[in-house]
Amino acid sequence: IEHLQYMTTGKNISIFQIEFFVRLLNKMSLSVKNKDTVRAFWAKVSPKAADIGAGALCRMLVVYPQTKTYFSHWKDLNPGSAPVMMHGAVIMEGVADAVAKIDNLTDGLDQLSQLHAFTLRVDPANFKVLSHNLMVVMANQFPNDFSPEVHVAMDKFLALVALALSEKYR
Amino acid sequence: MVKWTDSERSTIQSIFSKIDKDVVGPAAISRCLIVYPWTQRYFGSFGNLYNAAAITSNPKVAAHGKVIVEALEKAVQNMDNIKAAYAELSVLHSEKLQVDPGNFKLLADCLTIVIAAQLGNDFTPDVQATFQKFMNVVVSSLEKQYY
Repeated sequence: IEHLQYMTTGKNISIFQIEFFVRLLNKMSLSVKNKDTVRAFWAKVSPKAADIGAGALCRMLVVYPQTKTYFSHWKDLNPGSAPVMMHGAVIMEGVADAVAKIDNLTDGLDQLSQLHAFTLRVDPANFKVLSHNLMVVMANQFPNDFSPEVHVAMDKFLALVALALSEKYR
Repeated sequence: MVKWTDSERSTIQSIFSKIDKDVVGPAAISRCLIVYPWTQRYFGSFGNLYNAAAITSNPKVAAHGKVIVEALEKAVQNMDNIKAAYAELSVLHSEKLQVDPGNFKLLADCLTIVIAAQLGNDFTPDVQATFQKFMNVVVSSLEKQYY
């Protein structure tokens, strides 16, 4: 950053623009092909979005029981229970929103980030756990569509969603 | 010492009897090389890994996938002491292959996804939990001899 500051002194580039660009480059950004792949796969699976969300949430609670600590206010954490089904759908509305805002996740998910940072205070390590379970369900329900190319695009996308959600944490 | 219930033992046996080993192994290692391309650093002698198509059709990758599944079957046969069964493998990965153990988890995740795709409705959340426990033990045993 210091080197860039020196280079830009007296020129018409603001240090904020440089810093923004450097931060952008520091992530494993989505290529145009990645974005097209995510959008195409999402178009195919979105009719089943609520099921995917419920399935992923349910698997997360069963396979990674430490995540249950965030849901002590639910009466029933078992697969197929009403709170799990409803919350799975809520999560997928967030994912759908992220797909629509795929060109600028940081700004697009600003409010969701505030929610997770200040109200929910979910340890960001858990975003990775949920992402993994989302992809397990995608592979399980759409085995012929969840090819390696879709897998890598989706993995990158969900990682960037997690990053955008963590923006406001500190 | 890892404790397994009878139900967990039979679940693991069942998974490995249901999967097509010649498909799952190659598919899992291919996905790992495609989804986490930095893992290619360990396969310099495998030839063309330039893109997903090349990786998926690479015969050395496929052969190695089968080697991996055979090693997992050894763990299935020695479920009560995977640590001992994998001692030599752990030394191999640490001293000769010099693999960063973080990569074991990446391959385990790819295996989970490939098996989830193959087993469909049989891959219930409980089955996934048992498989995850098994893979955690496998990964931990592979890391054991690192120093």
